Amino acid sequence: MRTADFIKLILRSLTAAKMRSSLTALGIAVGICAVTLLTSLGEGVRHYVLSNFSQFGTRIIAINPGKTLTGGMGGMLQTDRPLTLYDAQALARLPHVTHVVPLVQGSGTIEAGGRARSTDIIGANHAIHSAWQFNIALGRGLPEDESGRSRSFAVLGHKLQQELFGGQNPLGQSIRVGGMRFRIVGVMAAKGQMLGFDLDDMVFIPVDKALMLFNRNGLMEIDVVFSDSASTDQLLASIRKQLIARHGAEDFSLISQDDMLQSLDNILQVLTAAVAALGAISLLVGAVGIVTIMSTAVRERTSEIGLLTALGCNQRQVLLLFLGEAVALSLAGGIAGIGVAIALVLGLAAVLPALPLQLSLFYLSLALLLSIAIGLAAGITPARQAAQMNPIDALRAE
Amino acid sequence: MRAQLSPLRKQQTMIKLSQLCRTFMLGDQAVHALNNINLNISPGDYISVMGPSGSGKSTLLNVLGLLDVPDSGHYLLQGTDTTLLSETERARYRREHIGFVFQSYHLVPRLTARENIELPLVLAGIAPHDRQKKVAAILAQLGLTERAGHLPNQLSGGQRQRVAIGRAIVMQPRLLLADEPTGNLDTQSGLDVVAILEQLNQQGITLLVVTHDNALGQRARRRIRMVDGRIVADELAGIIASEADSHA
Repeated sequence: MRTADFIKLILRSLTAAKMRSSLTALGIAVGICAVTLLTSLGEGVRHYVLSNFSQFGTRIIAINPGKTLTGGMGGMLQTDRPLTLYDAQALARLPHVTHVVPLVQGSGTIEAGGRARSTDIIGANHAIHSAWQFNIALGRGLPEDESGRSRSFAVLGHKLQQELFGGQNPLGQSIRVGGMRFRIVGVMAAKGQMLGFDLDDMVFIPVDKALMLFNRNGLMEIDVVFSDSASTDQLLASIRKQLIARHGAEDFSLISQDDMLQSLDNILQVLTAAVAALGAISLLVGAVGIVTIMSTAVRERTSEIGLLTALGCNQRQVLLLFLGEAVALSLAGGIAGIGVAIALVLGLAAVLPALPLQLSLFYLSLALLLSIAIGLAAGITPARQAAQMNPIDALRAE
Repeated sequence: MRAQLSPLRKQQTMIKLSQLCRTFMLGDQAVHALNNINLNISPGDYISVMGPSGSGKSTLLNVLGLLDVPDSGHYLLQGTDTTLLSETERARYRREHIGFVFQSYHLVPRLTARENIELPLVLAGIAPHDRQKKVAAILAQLGLTERAGHLPNQLSGGQRQRVAIGRAIVMQPRLLLADEPTGNLDTQSGLDVVAILEQLNQQGITLLVVTHDNALGQRARRRIRMVDGRIVADELAGIIASEADSHA
């Protein structure tokens, strides 16, 4: 049989019962639409999260004190040496390292004039501006003083400045951060939120002052930014070597931004797949609909199957004809479902731009393939029944 | 009188059945639908098969039409032993050599008269251009040109059976098998249909009609009578007629 005739015969059968065919296809359409929408949401969230994290650049390695050893004893962690400012200075001398940011984070009350606001306090050094791409909108950044003897200068986040000073110029004003006096030397440009964490509602103070403020003897984290002349693995190795030499043991953890993005990406992909699987439940219902309709069709058209056999169709051709109908139903549903999903995603993007929805060509083609696979899976049993029918009995059926 | 014994007009055989048996199990009882059938059919024959219900005449038609396979014995169709063919090969033989006409027409209800006639050509993979010419010729031959665009339920019984005949002959088979072709028709339509079948036979097609209808059966040149899976009579009309003449 010619392909064009094959398709025409299939479409003739399907269009002969328009209501029934479209309702069956609708079942698949709903399922495919659900899967497409949910994967779009999953993909959107993934892109949103990843772009939030990668806004700091990808060539960052974070060093945290303490090392989790599998099978190690809890007591071992107590012997950790703290990460110090001297560690940070040592790391800055490593080849390929462009910036080193020692970090201490806490929260406290910031008072200026008559106003007070409780928010996050970040202790860092001047390198934070280039390392984290935290640009200065007004004044200058944290001082480039030698560690331990920093002047009491503070830089305000964009929002904090708005809250405390309104429209007024805060440069040169003095504020109290957790009871210590600081002079404002700069204001950050607006950076926005990262995963609900407001990067603009912060005050930045020199890291040695922060250590004093929070009464800590060690840093919470050291971020090392390196140039693209070296690979992440090279840097991880040289940082590890340097710190082991200084501490005598590996009592710290290294996480590269690459690793973190990768593991985040993995988690989010699994999440997307899980959500898609939920949508697939409705696809299953649609598939059951196809099985039902095709079984009914085979029973109703028994004498037609006998006739086709008498006219010289072999079992394979009969099988293909009925399987083709099932696939056509499912594919039609799939295309309709994808179409509706695309329309919905584009519509939602226009109405609610904040909603992280992202159409992925990968998932769209997967949905299309899925609808074909469903047609095949749902249609094979009825089609087999049709093909294996005894033509004499079939011709006798009315 | 045995047909095989008579000197026939044509020597070569188109169909040769030898010691053909077909048994069905009805519950735990074996029914011999075909019991050791030997039969030769020559090209251009016009044969009627008559007999009571359950005599095996339908089974004979199904075996001849390659829809059923005998349990034992041989069925030679134009020299080929069909009992050795695979399902796919039998399907091809049916398509190319055998046309079926059924009592209940078996038209596809969603296809027009033209499309029903065209169906075997479509299944055989013949190009649309060639199909059109053949179908148009057959529509004209059967007087259906004006009804070509109608669906089966818009046609009378006689017209439906003519469409079915058109479908049976569109592949130009050598053998036409008709199972009670007039069974669902009124007398006049039945006569029209029979006239068409006989006209096709005169053009050379081998026609085998299975029927209960004595009048229809008597029209055939060769009349086979079956009882309990056996051929009990096989007469040639010409010879009977000449015997009748000699008695007169």
